[in-house]
Amino acid sequence: MSNRYVVSLFENEHDLLEAVRTARERKFTIVDVHTPYAVHGLDAAMGARPSWMSWACAAFGLTGVTTMMAFQYWAAAVDWPVNVGGKPWNSIPAYVPVTFEAMVFAAGLGMVLTFFLACRLYPGRRARVPDPRVTDDRFAIVLEEADAAFDLDDVRRLFGRLGAVEVREHVSEVAP
Amino acid sequence: MTRDVCAPMEGKPTWMWWAALAVSTAAMLVGAAAVTYQVSTGIGTWGLNRTVGWAFDITNFVFWIGIGHAGTLISAILFLFRQRWRTAVNRSAEAMTLFAVMCAGIFPIIHMGRPWLAFFVIPYWNTRGPLWVNFRSPLVWDFFAISTYFLISAVFWYIGLIPDLATIRDREKPGLRKTVFGILSFGWNGSFRTWHHYELVYLLLAGLATPLVLSVHSIVSTDFATSVIPGWHTTIFPPYFVAGAIFSGFAMVLTLMIIVRKVMRLENYLTMRHIDAMCKLVIATSGIVAIAYATEFFTAMYSANAYEQFVFMNRALGPMNWAYWIMVGCNVITPQFLWFKKIRSNLVAVFILTIFVNIGMWFERFVIIVTSLHRDFLPSSWALYAPTPIEIATLIGSFGLFFTAFLIFCRVLPVIAMGEVKGVLTFGRRAKGATK
Repeated sequence: MSNRYVVSLFENEHDLLEAVRTARERKFTIVDVHTPYAVHGLDAAMGARPSWMSWACAAFGLTGVTTMMAFQYWAAAVDWPVNVGGKPWNSIPAYVPVTFEAMVFAAGLGMVLTFFLACRLYPGRRARVPDPRVTDDRFAIVLEEADAAFDLDDVRRLFGRLGAVEVREHVSEVAP
Repeated sequence: MTRDVCAPMEGKPTWMWWAALAVSTAAMLVGAAAVTYQVSTGIGTWGLNRTVGWAFDITNFVFWIGIGHAGTLISAILFLFRQRWRTAVNRSAEAMTLFAVMCAGIFPIIHMGRPWLAFFVIPYWNTRGPLWVNFRSPLVWDFFAISTYFLISAVFWYIGLIPDLATIRDREKPGLRKTVFGILSFGWNGSFRTWHHYELVYLLLAGLATPLVLSVHSIVSTDFATSVIPGWHTTIFPPYFVAGAIFSGFAMVLTLMIIVRKVMRLENYLTMRHIDAMCKLVIATSGIVAIAYATEFFTAMYSANAYEQFVFMNRALGPMNWAYWIMVGCNVITPQFLWFKKIRSNLVAVFILTIFVNIGMWFERFVIIVTSLHRDFLPSSWALYAPTPIEIATLIGSFGLFFTAFLIFCRVLPVIAMGEVKGVLTFGRRAKGATK
């Protein structure tokens, strides 16, 4: 682990994608890429695997369905059976709406909480942004100067050619 | 772009905003006074009688829930259909959903007469046995549907807000505002890894919200459809209610959009193209609602059921026929003017027509509820219904609450989803030669 990082800022997503591809070809260590909006094609350029959030969603959804169905059955047919207009105690069709709502509730909230945990987003967390403009109109690539072969001037030239508006070195214990 | 959207939040509010806020807060206080009087005195302050047991209050409830639907529809369904124009309107439409559902939630609670016991609808471990709620009852379904709807809409709205809150945080100079937005933005830094999950989470939430929004009004309609009252007991209700809700919701979004773009100077983002697209959706949903009215009538006539036939003839020709014809006039006839491009591009005309739709859709619920009840199976118990000032004040109060919340939202949060609009704008793309 090195404590020297290079922050390169770009003005548009096209340049950024080009730079990410080049950086990966040159085997640079990309610490992170910051963009003001979700850039299409960045997933592929970074070679990221599909997000696993869909599994979290499915797991919470299934939990919601089974818990609510079981609870309604238990409450209305086992714990205190109530005769409502002669309907069977275990009226499964009538339990469907609430079960459906429980599924949406559990899947939605569960997935969002998983997302917050996975990305370490929580109220009061200090944001570490390489440049305040990355949430507005700049696109940033953060590289780590991983080994002695890393040549800052070379990166400067390379990214300059690809349209970087700013390339600067950042020295700190943690990535910017 | 960021500057344009943030301008209304960073500058001093205009006198128009203050005036609007004063009017809506006053309306809200009138409503609060009415509710206080009603709760302390009893439901007897309403115009209900033995025959008409549901009227104004439930009309307002269904009306507000319907208004809320367009928000989720715009944000979730249009997102799934990849309608890119939605990005300009979804934020304010979602906020509208939240505030409308809040307004809606008040009505069933005060209708309980003892609102402090409202928590009885929650199936909690109680000292009455424990005696559980009746899960076969549509009223219990309603509680689950509406609370889930509110929570999921709130989460969807907030997830969309986080990147924008971070944008504002990074624009602000150090100070209280920066700290507040720093806390609210959860430390968002536009990292690739976060966006990567974020996009899927947003898509899945939209996927969950879509059936949810359809289920909510379907469940509201089962409050009526599972009863044996002629005029209510029909299988057409769930889709009919959903279409009506979307219709009224779009009209309300249009009404608000026309005001917001003017007051907030966002004409470049909420363009005539958006208004045109929304008008077309209003025509389409108006058509669905019209077919539903016709189908209802036809089914009644074809049913060979004397009670059913009587209710429908009574709706159109009986003592409450004025409400029925207001409904038809505002929901079926006046929206037809939107077929003309000249009218769609005239903001004043669109504004007036959408107000008519809002009135019409309120009367639709009134017609369904009151005209089905007021002449029941026993002619000796036939009665008429008229709202008391308390009920009218409560309705005014709900509008006050809605507009107060919406005006405050416009001031303190970005009304346009910046993170999403940037994704469809050209500034980040070299190919189009945009200069930002």
